Order: sequence, then structure tokens, then C-alpha cells
Amino acid sequence: MSDFVSQFWNWYVILLVLASILACAVLLWTQKTPPAGAQVDTTGHVWDENLEEYNNPLPKWWMWLFYITIIFGLVYGALYPMFGSFQGLLGWCSSPQPGCANSQYAREVAKTDEQVNPLFDKYQKTDLKVLAADKEAMETGKRLYLTYCMQCHGADGKGAKGFPNLADSDWLWGGEPAVIVETISNGRNGMMPPHAQLGSETIKDLANYVRSLSGLPADSVRVAKGQEAFNSAGCSGCHGPDGKGMHAVGAPNLTDKTWLYGSSEATIIETITKGRNNRMPAWKDFLGEPKVHVLAAYVISLSEGGAGGK
Amino acid sequence: MREAQSTYNYKVVRQFAVMTVIWGIVGMLVGVIIAAQLVWPELNFGPWLHFGRLRPLHTNAVIFAFGGCALFATSYYVVQRTCHTRLFSDGLAAFTFWGWQLIIVLAAVTLPLGMTTGKEYAELEWPIDILITVVWVAYAVVFFGTIAKRKVTHIYVANWFYGGFILAVALLHVVNSAEIPVTLTKSYSAYAGVQDAMVQWWYGHNAVGFFLTAGFLGMMYYFVPKQAGRPVYSYRLSVVHFWALIFTYMWAGPHHLHYTALPDWTQSVGMVFSLILLAPSWGGMINGVMTLSGAWHKLRDDPILKFLITSLSFYGMSTFEGPMMSIKTVNALSHYTDWTVGHVHSGALGWVAMVSIGSVYYLLPRLFGKSEMASVKLITVHFWVATIGVVLYIASMWIAGVMQGLMWRAVNVDGTLTYSFVESVKASYPFWAIRFLGGLLFLVGMLVMAYNMFKTIAGGRSVDDARVMQPAAHHA
Repeated sequence: MSDFVSQFWNWYVILLVLASILACAVLLWTQKTPPAGAQVDTTGHVWDENLEEYNNPLPKWWMWLFYITIIFGLVYGALYPMFGSFQGLLGWCSSPQPGCANSQYAREVAKTDEQVNPLFDKYQKTDLKVLAADKEAMETGKRLYLTYCMQCHGADGKGAKGFPNLADSDWLWGGEPAVIVETISNGRNGMMPPHAQLGSETIKDLANYVRSLSGLPADSVRVAKGQEAFNSAGCSGCHGPDGKGMHAVGAPNLTDKTWLYGSSEATIIETITKGRNNRMPAWKDFLGEPKVHVLAAYVISLSEGGAGGK
Repeated sequence: MREAQSTYNYKVVRQFAVMTVIWGIVGMLVGVIIAAQLVWPELNFGPWLHFGRLRPLHTNAVIFAFGGCALFATSYYVVQRTCHTRLFSDGLAAFTFWGWQLIIVLAAVTLPLGMTTGKEYAELEWPIDILITVVWVAYAVVFFGTIAKRKVTHIYVANWFYGGFILAVALLHVVNSAEIPVTLTKSYSAYAGVQDAMVQWWYGHNAVGFFLTAGFLGMMYYFVPKQAGRPVYSYRLSVVHFWALIFTYMWAGPHHLHYTALPDWTQSVGMVFSLILLAPSWGGMINGVMTLSGAWHKLRDDPILKFLITSLSFYGMSTFEGPMMSIKTVNALSHYTDWTVGHVHSGALGWVAMVSIGSVYYLLPRLFGKSEMASVKLITVHFWVATIGVVLYIASMWIAGVMQGLMWRAVNVDGTLTYSFVESVKASYPFWAIRFLGGLLFLVGMLVMAYNMFKTIAGGRSVDDARVMQPAAHHA
């Protein structure tokens, strides 16, 4: 065990804990019980006019209560890790560590694995599209989703500002089953670089052009200037010459009605000026591949308006 | 000078006693607001009045402003009366009063502004921490200075507890608040990782053990026998449970960190000492309640005694509940749930607030030259409103807590969680509404007390000529 840098501290702790528990017992042991029926009187001291103290003996039941907790403490310390690096007779530890065969965490995980692994193994062997239509599997998918995903994407999968809607058929990184698995497994970094260097006038032109792409009202003079800037400033490098986006880099389609941060001129200006930095965390190591597989199927079902999507 | 020496310093006691009621109302009002925010989240207005900033304001206000003022008021009163001498220094005593009020005001300003160390019950930033240390040292000088010039040989039991509380809180505050300042309003803890967590909960649990227990036991040991007109039940028991209590509490902190990165042996030590703590805690309850033996009838028509004895019942209940919750298997269910919140409030409202309220009701008429409060009937009203409030509060939190714990651990056959977190939030709403009602009732009780207090003050006079009593003749 690595809790102690040297044996000195190990023994320091052992002796201190033991001595402290025993000190409580000694404190009790030194209390002589007066013979039964003896006259109980005050100590003879008086404070503040009338404050006095009887000297009743310690209640027997109270002393026993105290002794029992002390004995319990010593027995517990013999069975479980309590005296420094002494593992205890049961060899128990809360989580796996070297030299501990009886880890509570490992035991509980093993028990659950034994119970649920066959089910998830079966799911993992099932094609994602088929799984997305499996009612029972999607019940499981929904429960996983509600535990791990809904904090950002919402209980209904419809997302929020900055958090993509999963219940539509619009995809930032692509909606092919394998891509969804990749997105959940390894996460994504959605990065729109800031373009403040273009100057506020050009940015306003660009914002108007972007609005015009999806049919929103825009200033026609600015739209024309914005279109020019769109190509010259390098926007088309990610969003494509037609503004339809690029899944490979997670660049959104600017011609549809889906807006991750909002479609108002002010919001678009903010997006272009300051850029956006977005992150989907990676879940592979935490959840394991079988659960990621079920979640991917659930996301597919959401976008198809299927089992999970209302 | 000799003239001044022959009277008690009631001025500082009076100031702290009045502020106990005022800060009690402020702190509990903030508590009621955050309880309402849990039921109606729309009540979170802007960053300054957000739950996350008001919650530490609530805890600081009720523990250190309300509880702190009650401890200052009663300890200054008790130490003078039981040492048969005036306070060691009027100037330092006045300094502790104004210094403590300044700290409270600074807390009320900085916490809503978001200035915090992030350490629970020790959120105040480093300049305020230094101020607390200075005031606390002054407090210790006044208290122990008074003990030193006492006119009786034996130190009354209440003073052991007050003294233990003052020394331990100084130690806890200095060690846990060790931090490295970055700017005037930001610092970082001197500890890191699991050591930081352990230091924090060594502090956190002993804040309960010494600030909220030992200090208030001191209060109990004076006001219960005084109000009951009976001798303390057992001197022997008070000695044994005093030493056992202050020794054992220091070890119990790790139970706040069960099933965390804290080493298993440390968790076990925390759990075992928490269980051993049961008997020493109950020693105080037994000594208080049994003091009344032979005078039980007084409970019927003395509302101050009702407050004091009920507070001891809640003390006994929560000091039984605490060790049970420290058992790892119980803690696995109770931790992070509202059960903890209920447990804290059965101690904070049931024990700390009630014993303080009873003691302040005892003090006020004596400090303002009256034989009793303006309305004794209103004390009874306060008692029942407060008791119903506490019961509603802790019962709703028990139910909510156990329910949350069971919902969080419920697992489906596919190994997934049966309930998402929000489902447990949704299920908690009715109980949060009941808790809000319970807290509101307790606050209403405090408002009744404030009315009664101001009526008493209006009809009375500030007593500054209470003559120091000669020690009893047969007490050489």
C-alpha cells in the first residue's frame, strides 16, 4: 500500500489510533461506581448564587453503551483496514489496489457485468439500423441517454444553444451509423476560428450573406458584398463554396434552417467575430463500446423520430 | 476603577443578545429564500441572488452570525457570573463585538458577489479570515483572562465547554484557512487533492463538534440548571463526557469522505470514532435532562424550560442519527441526499437554535431590568411554531433523502439506472415544499421573538449596575 511514505508513519498511525480508542476505555474504567444506595450529595461548590452539582454515578446503561462502541471499534479495526496499512482479516478494500483480493467495487462491477454483459454483447452484434428499431434495446438506449446525454442534448434530444439537436436529420459530422459511433466514442472538437481581423463592416456583410443563404431577410447590397468576402476570406474552405458545410471538419450547413447558436444578425456577427469553440466529450473509455453502440442506435432512432423520439 | 470592578459588564452581553435575534432572522430568511428557490427556480434573480451564492450566505449567517452572537452573549454572561468577577477587559470585549459584526457584514457583501474560497463553512476570503483570527484571539483573552481573575477556586463546568470551544475553533480556523493569496479577493488553499479534502472535513466536522456542540453545551450547563432551579445531575458525568467528547470529535471528520479517494483506513477511523462519539454526546443530554428530575412539572408552564429541554431532545436525536449515518453502509444510502440536510437541521434548528432561543429569553429580562419577557404567552407561541417547523423540516428531509438515495441506486436488469437524476429532483418537489413551510414557520417564530424582545426593551432599561456577587460563604 502506498498510503505511507515510510513504516514510521504506518506505525505512528497504528499506535495513535489504538491508544486513542483504548484511552476512551481507560477513562471509563477509572470511574469507580459508588456502592448502591449510597447517599448522593452535591459537590459542595456553589456558583452564582445557586448553581450546584450533584455527583450522581454514571448511568450503568450509558457506560455499557460506551463500552460496546469501543469494542465494536476494535473488532471493526481487526476485520477491516483501519490500523495503518494492516489490511484487516477480511482483506477488504473499497476499490481495487495491489495486495487486495476482496475489493468491494470490483465485486459489484463483476456481478453486474455477469448479469448484463450477455445482453449488451447481443446488442453489439446487431446492426445499428436494426437495433434502432428494436423496442427493448431502445428502452435501454433511452435510459443510457437520460443518464449520460440529456444534460446537454435535452431529455427530448432537441438540444439547446450550442448543443446540437439530435432529433432532426441535420448532422454536423455526418449521420452515417459508423460516424455517429465515432462521434460518441472519441468526442468532437467543433472549432470556428475568430475573424475579427476582417473588420466590422465586412463581418456585417458576411452575416447578411449567411442569412440570405437560408432565405432569411437580409440587406441586398450587403449580401452581394458578403458573397464576395465569403470566398475571399476563406469561409468557403470549411463551409464549401455553396455554404452547404462539410462533415469532415464539422462545419455546419449555412443554407438550412438549423442554427446551433442562433440566426439573428447580431448572433451571426458574434459567431464570425469571436469564433466558436465547442466540444463533445469522448465516451468510449467511460461507457465501453457496447454501451456506445446502443447509444448510437438510440441517436439514430431519435433522428428518425422512432422509438426514442416521442 | 474599583467601582467598575464591582459590577458585571452587561453592555456587551446585551449587544450580542440583541444581535443574536437580528442575525437569526436574517440568516433564517436567507434559508427560507433558498428553500423557496428549490421549489420555484424562477426565484433565482441574477448572479448575486442565485442559490449557489445565497446558500453559503445562509450557512455563514446562521452558524457564525446567529450562533456566534449567541455564544458570545452567553459565554460573556456566564463566565462573569460563575467567576464572580467583571470581564477581563471592557475594551477588548467591545472590540470583539464590533469586530464580529464587521466580519458578518463583510460576509454578507462578499459572498453574494461571488468571492469565496469554495471551502464549505469556511468560504470567507483571506482578509476576512485574518480579521476572524484577530477577533478570536481577543475573545480568548477576554474569556480566559476572566477565568484567570475568578474569585472562586473551581471553574464551573459551563466554562470548560466554552473554553474548549474557543481553543478548538481557533485551531480549526487557522489550520483550515491556510491559503495563498493571489489578489485581495482570491486565494488558493495551502493543501491539495485528498489532503485538502481531509483538512476541510476535519475542520467541517469539528465546526459542528466545537462551534455548534461544545459551545452550546456550555450554554446548556448554565441555563438549564438556572431555569430549572435544580443542581446539575452529575458532576462525574460532566467530567467524563467532556473529555470523551472533545477528544473523540477530533477524529470523526473522515466520515464526510466515505467511498472517496481518501484511504480506506482513514475512512474506517472516522467511522469508528463517530460511533464511539455516541455515548459522550448522550452524556450531555442525560446531564441536562436529568437535571430536571424532581421538577418535571415545571415543563408544563415554563416555555423557556420547554425550549431548553426540547433542544436537548433534538440534540440526543441528532447525535444518535449522526453516528448511524457515519456507518459506511448507511452512508452509501444517505450521502449527498437531503437526509444529510435534515440531519444538519435537526441539530441546527432543534438543538442549536432552540437552546440559544431559550437562553436569550432567560437573558433579555435580566439585561433590560425586567422580571420577565413582555409577553410570556408569546414565548409559548414561539415554542410551538418553532417545534412544528422543525418537525416538518426534518421529517420531509428524511423522506426526501431516503427516497433520493433509493432512486439513485435503483438499477434495471440491463444494468442501467432506473431513474435519471432529474426524476429524483421531480419526486423531491413536494418534500421541498414542506421543508419550505417548516423553515418559514421557524422564521415566523423568530419574528415573534423579535417583537417580544423590542417590547421588553421598550418597557425596560439597560442594566449596567448589576453588582458582582460575593462567592458563597462555605466556598472557601
